[in-house]
Amino acid sequence: MQATDPDIQWVEPPKLGLGERMYLPLFLQGLTTTTKHLVSAKVTVSYPDQEPEIDNPLIYRGVHRLNRDEQGRVKCVACFLCATACPAHCIDILGVESPWEDREKYPESFTIDELRCIFCGMCEQACPVDAIELTSLYNLTGRSREEMIFDKEKLLSVYDATKDKEPMKSAQLPPVTTPSTATPSTATSTSPTEGGA
Amino acid sequence: MAIVLIDGQEIEIGDDERLNGIQVAARAGVEVPHYCWHPGLSVVASCRMCLVETGKRDADSGEISMLPKLVPGCQTPARDGTVFVTDSEKVRQARAMVEEDLLIRHPVDCPICDKAGECHLQDYHFEHGRPERRADIKPFHSRRRELGETVTLFVDRCVMCTRCVRFTREVSGDAELMVVHRGAHEEIDVFPGFPLENKLSGNVVDLCPVGALGDLDFLYSQRVWFMKQHASVCAGCSTGCSIQVEENQDRIHRLKPRENPHVNQWWMCDEGRYGWKYVHDNARCLAPQQKTEGAWQPLDWSDAPAVLHAALSGENCSPENSPPKNSNPKKRRLAAVLSPFLTVEEAYLLATYIRQYDENAVLALGRIPQAGADESFPNGFTIRAEKCPNRRGVEMLLSALTGDVLSWESFLEQAAETPFDAVWITGGYPPVNGNDGAGEDVASEEEKSLATELPAGLASSTLIVQDLFDSALWRQADIQLPSAAFVERSGSFVNAGNRLQSFEWAIRPPAGVMTEGQLYWRLLDRDGLYNARRVLEDVAREHIAFAAASGEIPATGRDLLLNQLV
Ligand code: SF4
Ligand code: SF4
Ligand code: SF4
Ligand code: SF4
Ligand code: FES
Repeated sequence: MQATDPDIQWVEPPKLGLGERMYLPLFLQGLTTTTKHLVSAKVTVSYPDQEPEIDNPLIYRGVHRLNRDEQGRVKCVACFLCATACPAHCIDILGVESPWEDREKYPESFTIDELRCIFCGMCEQACPVDAIELTSLYNLTGRSREEMIFDKEKLLSVYDATKDKEPMKSAQLPPVTTPSTATPSTATSTSPTEGGA
Repeated sequence: MAIVLIDGQEIEIGDDERLNGIQVAARAGVEVPHYCWHPGLSVVASCRMCLVETGKRDADSGEISMLPKLVPGCQTPARDGTVFVTDSEKVRQARAMVEEDLLIRHPVDCPICDKAGECHLQDYHFEHGRPERRADIKPFHSRRRELGETVTLFVDRCVMCTRCVRFTREVSGDAELMVVHRGAHEEIDVFPGFPLENKLSGNVVDLCPVGALGDLDFLYSQRVWFMKQHASVCAGCSTGCSIQVEENQDRIHRLKPRENPHVNQWWMCDEGRYGWKYVHDNARCLAPQQKTEGAWQPLDWSDAPAVLHAALSGENCSPENSPPKNSNPKKRRLAAVLSPFLTVEEAYLLATYIRQYDENAVLALGRIPQAGADESFPNGFTIRAEKCPNRRGVEMLLSALTGDVLSWESFLEQAAETPFDAVWITGGYPPVNGNDGAGEDVASEEEKSLATELPAGLASSTLIVQDLFDSALWRQADIQLPSAAFVERSGSFVNAGNRLQSFEWAIRPPAGVMTEGQLYWRLLDRDGLYNARRVLEDVAREHIAFAAASGEIPATGRDLLLNQLV
């Protein structure tokens, strides 16, 4: 990027007033905060002996999981919207034609580099079928970098491990109707809209 | 001079121009949304997306009288005094109604639809549709059936514009596609037992304004927004269709035709469309090597100038010193074979380099691959039998440099009579069986024999071979230089109709490969990176046959013969 790039915004540091130049008011402000915390109730826990309590797992942004559909297959349709939205470019998908009659496309491989992930939750927001979700699992560790690149199986296993505690966030939404299966050429198929219209 | 009014703007059009409302509006910078109209097909005015208000301005009084109802812009000719209004409330409502109607029967497939991101239905709905859905319809997925080897149909995504049907009737001429059923049950289909099977079939996918027609080769290989587009020229045959290479991270995902009224209009053939696979073939030659005392040694590109100097002049020079120029004290007899896959610029640079060593170096045209006969379609599109992109360009250059074009066959005869001391052979040919989209064996006898045995007369020369794939020539070479594929090069091709089209590289060559242009540029000791534009300027200045190629070359290319007359 060149210095003349129109996308660059040049900002000047704010001018310091007399009080700020004397440091004293800010110094006192900082000390007040410290003192307040010294006397108020403790919020820290002594992890790992003590596990922190997560208030609302639905909005906690921890390890990802890939949800399963009613038949236990990966719910993801390989639309790449999460990979598109991801600011850390840590989602890697290989989308292919699905082996199932009633579904068109699915991810043959789906990996998330958890080390690169910044746990922003954009992938969850982008997903049109609520297939990717961030769970409240926070204690993410591994012995090697490779171990931290989660593949499809691992992400599905996170779902299996957490599904009872944290139900799928979209469970209450009505499921998409299954499509009429591909009809042979010019067969007298009824238009699938008829049922719904 | 006729004057047409678009939303109050006066647009001048030529007297002999026959434009419709959509086209004049485009000149005024106003986009009229449309599905069924396509400049290359007949007008059916069936989708009603392009509805506009029209009227007439009286030439004498200047008074404007409008028609009470909306008319399709695609079917309304623009004449002197015609008035179009494309932004009135009435027009906006009509568009919203068309969009709403189309979406009543449309599946919710965008996440898995290959067209998403370049879909007219999406774009138009975003721009012209209603903000919310009034009909209460359950979402569903599209049915799918195969139309042929190359194209699949997602039945319920179709908006019945019939572009595909008209294409097979008017352009490819085989009329495989048709509309079955009626009213809201209309569907596109093929007659049982007669699949969509013609050499232009891939074009229907580009034509389809929505994701109803899917390219089986491209299906699900990439979301369109990840790809970058590069204007290029197809190297499949000497028609030289203008194309667009769509690539992501140096991997091609599809080729698409690029509009060029002088060459391919809006189309390209399947052979070219699917014929790029060899570019990513694992069998490609990737490592430069030289033979020293009968054994292959890897060659570093930075040593190449010295090594090539030694091979051509017969004199050694240490790699540290740059080789002396123009020194050929042993008066060795040299030759270079310029492949019809080289760009004009590369051929010129190589010829210049060889002639530095031997002013009378023999320059010959490489082997011209042929397959079958030229094939023309009803609208004039031609697939040529000559399966190389730049025969004309290299020929013109050769006749400018040597006054004559020495063919590969005559060159071999000449070599058999009096062997050359050193021969530089350029290739760049696609693999013998790989250039045909259908995968059938198109190799000629000559190609097969070249793959296995070395032509007589070359055995005693020092051979420098630059090629994409392994062949007898490659194996017998003294210096092997891997070559770049057409999408990795920059330069110009001259097609069978003498039209010169320039293009830039679309992807970087695989590791280990240096493009021809860059290598020759370096051998000639020029500064910086290979710049095809500058080389072409030199060629145009030095050779009258290329005089028309000076200056900026338009995206549609320049006719070298025609432009010399004016
Ligand atoms: S949480 Fe954010 S960074 Fe992590 S995978 Fe999702 S989108 Fe990417
Ligand atoms: S956004 Fe959802 S459905 Fe799309 S690829 Fe990501 S996980 Fe799969
Ligand atoms: S055709 Fe267009 S609107 Fe329809 S599913 Fe495909 S992308 Fe979406
Ligand atoms: S398949 Fe595509 S091109 Fe053919 S009629 Fe339907 S929308 Fe138009
Ligand atoms: S584009 Fe004019 S009616 Fe379809």
